[in-house]
Amino acid sequence: MPGLSGRMSTVVKAKISKLLDRAEDPSETLEYSYQKQIELLQNVKKGIADVVTSKKRLQLQEEKYQQQVVKLDTQARQALAQGNEELARTALERKNGLQTELQSLDSQIAQLEEQQEQMTASEQKLRAKIEQFRSKKEVIKAQYSAAEAQVKISEAATGVGEEMADVGLAMQRALDKTENMRARAGAVQELEAAGTFEDLTQLGSGEDDIDRQLKSLSTGSEVDSELAKMKAELGGGAAPAGELGAGAQTTGGEGAGAGQGQAQ
Amino acid sequence: MIVRIATEGQYDVSDEDTADLNRLDNEAVSACEASDEAGFRAAFDRLLDYVRTKGTLVADDELFGSDMILPPPDVSLAEAGTEFQGEGLIPG
Repeated sequence: MPGLSGRMSTVVKAKISKLLDRAEDPSETLEYSYQKQIELLQNVKKGIADVVTSKKRLQLQEEKYQQQVVKLDTQARQALAQGNEELARTALERKNGLQTELQSLDSQIAQLEEQQEQMTASEQKLRAKIEQFRSKKEVIKAQYSAAEAQVKISEAATGVGEEMADVGLAMQRALDKTENMRARAGAVQELEAAGTFEDLTQLGSGEDDIDRQLKSLSTGSEVDSELAKMKAELGGGAAPAGELGAGAQTTGGEGAGAGQGQAQ
Repeated sequence: MIVRIATEGQYDVSDEDTADLNRLDNEAVSACEASDEAGFRAAFDRLLDYVRTKGTLVADDELFGSDMILPPPDVSLAEAGTEFQGEGLIPG
């Protein structure tokens, strides 16, 4: 429809160059054996497997971070109990940084999940189209003259070719995103490995790179308030100003009341 | 007319809706040319919504070439600017 496309602005009227580059020439597509189309489907499957692998990797990393958050929290408490506030602060800062990282991992995993679903749907659609092409081709061959059949099969092949190109584009975009996530996850892992400490006593007084990076990630005030809370907890009843100390007393009193309430 | 939203699927849109499509498209393109990120996103989303609601999804066992191909829904302004207009485009 030349009149129509002439009035259209570029976004709509243009067929995306990327898609056109990948779309097969219909006459060429005709030469594609069923085998070749199945091969392309296998590529889509491989792409899906790639996304699944990346997702699993991120999930493993998430678990590891969660364990480390618990560990750092314990270490901060231990350090504080020993009166080493500086060390407790460092541990909390690391914990804070890891928690930020955990949030970002969460959203990345959700994105990959979505991509996996989309690609699976694309794969099924392409499979249906290839199947349809195969049976249609046979019907057309049987019903039409050679010249007519050529035209009709060509039309059908355009549909399959465009679908294949589109799935290719979708896969490329999904893999690009996954690649970015993988690169980021790898970088974080390296940072983490560089600064991991099994035992707090092994931590020297000097800051290493990871410390500075994590520190910049975390906001000082969050760490401060957490530190104060921890101090109050450790101080127990001896610290009258501690919120939690006071809270514990109140809870104790109410707890008894609540027990009675439940009994009634 | 068959409209494909890249990476999403094909829709059969009535020829009568072409004028609306054209208007929505012009809005998306002017926002894109003005490098107006929010404006482009909003206009392009309106265009996509129009195709999705007015058009009927082409069944998986139908084989058509598209009359129009729209960029993927998650296209960035930069991509829309460089890849879907100007160079690299096949006119018509």
